[in-house]
Amino acid sequence: MNIFAATGPVIPNFGGGASSFSCERANRLFCSSWVSQNWSSVLWPALRQHVILTLIAVSIGFVISTTLALIAYWRRWFERPVLIVTSILYTIPSLALFELLQGVPGFGLSATTAEVALVSYTLLIMFRNTLTGLREVPDEVREAADGMGLGPGQRLLRVELPLALPAVIAGVRIATVTVISLATVASLVDDQGLGVPILSAISDNVFKTELISAGALAVLLALVADGLLVGLQRRLTPWARSA
Amino acid sequence: MNNFTEALKFIGRDGSIPGYPGLPTLLHLTLETLKISAIGIGISLLVAIPIGLWLGHIHRGSFVAINLGNIWRALPSLAVLAIGVAFLGVGLRNVELALIVLAIPPMITNAYVAVDGVDREIVDAARGMGLTGWQILRQVEVPMGIPLIFAGIRTASLFVISTTTIASLTGYSGTLGDIINNEASYHLYGVIGAAICIAALALIIEFVLAGVQRLLTPRGLILANEDEGAFEFELEPAVA
Repeated sequence: MNIFAATGPVIPNFGGGASSFSCERANRLFCSSWVSQNWSSVLWPALRQHVILTLIAVSIGFVISTTLALIAYWRRWFERPVLIVTSILYTIPSLALFELLQGVPGFGLSATTAEVALVSYTLLIMFRNTLTGLREVPDEVREAADGMGLGPGQRLLRVELPLALPAVIAGVRIATVTVISLATVASLVDDQGLGVPILSAISDNVFKTELISAGALAVLLALVADGLLVGLQRRLTPWARSA
Repeated sequence: MNNFTEALKFIGRDGSIPGYPGLPTLLHLTLETLKISAIGIGISLLVAIPIGLWLGHIHRGSFVAINLGNIWRALPSLAVLAIGVAFLGVGLRNVELALIVLAIPPMITNAYVAVDGVDREIVDAARGMGLTGWQILRQVEVPMGIPLIFAGIRTASLFVISTTTIASLTGYSGTLGDIINNEASYHLYGVIGAAICIAALALIIEFVLAGVQRLLTPRGLILANEDEGAFEFELEPAVA
């Protein structure tokens, strides 16, 4: 991935004059020349992989946690065991969880290991938010829906879920940003994402430009994703906009 | 599951065979991980809790306190560590700085929300009884805010432990990360063994903090919340 990593700590002169790459060779804090030269070969692929890793993890996590939340909404006893299991998953430090899953037969160093770990961090957050959102639907609203003749399924889809939407999306926001953050560590078990340039920069005599640019991209990606989800929430809940 | 039985054997060794550090070394590295985390958590507590409590008490600075929490979530530990390494180089200083950067925001946000959200009527009643601002904070707002304040401390502590182990990826040695990042020497079962130690450490700390929280929570508040079930794991306000 990293053109410098291949040749070790000595930064090669790529046929350029003596003046080019001087910033890289001196390992100054930030060399914009490196970023422009390596954007399409290093940073952009890593960023794209990072986005895909995140999208897959959040989508799977969303489906699982929403299902669990609905079951717990209808059957109260279900809440406690789910909370206990997802809390334990959430508590295990990321580095440890990636390595633990690596030992599961069939997982090893693979995208599966990375995604399973990332998904497991989203469950507690989205489960709790969705369940809280559903439970906070006022009883009067529920009774009004019943009075209008809505069945349980229709009531859920047309009344309860829309009203719970702000809480649901708040959960998706936290989960997304968390996954973007943890996915940098996922590159340990699956060689993709923004963690790749970060780790290669460290093994490459702490190459500062790459550290800063990849780290900054991870932070920016999280901020942009969060902003997009806020926008989505505003579009989906037009009734809340005037408030 | 062979890897896991091997990992447990790896943990159980007494350290007499080269290449198998065994329980004494693992315990030592676990305690080192705990020490580095504790320093970070300690400094963050001293800085963040007074600020959060005070801002909540005067009901000012909500914009800063809340947005700090939002931006904080967007900070990947590895990125913070990496950018820190670029400026400070590899070492304890950089690790602790990253820990503090990651631990302070959730502590401030939650302490702020905890105190700011205490029922105004209760605060007014306390003021009517002649309590000074300081007494109100100490005797009313903080006790009532304990669950949320602790939610922040627990979230932050989780992040700190997690980040301390990730610090080994950035070249900092002296924690359990040394074994995790050295599969060549310790094999996958050794790596898994060390990962088990880290997971256990995190879970124990979580339990201890939950216990401390329970001890500090006023009895009245526990009784009032009893019907909501005893199991609580509040990370931060559910609807953020």
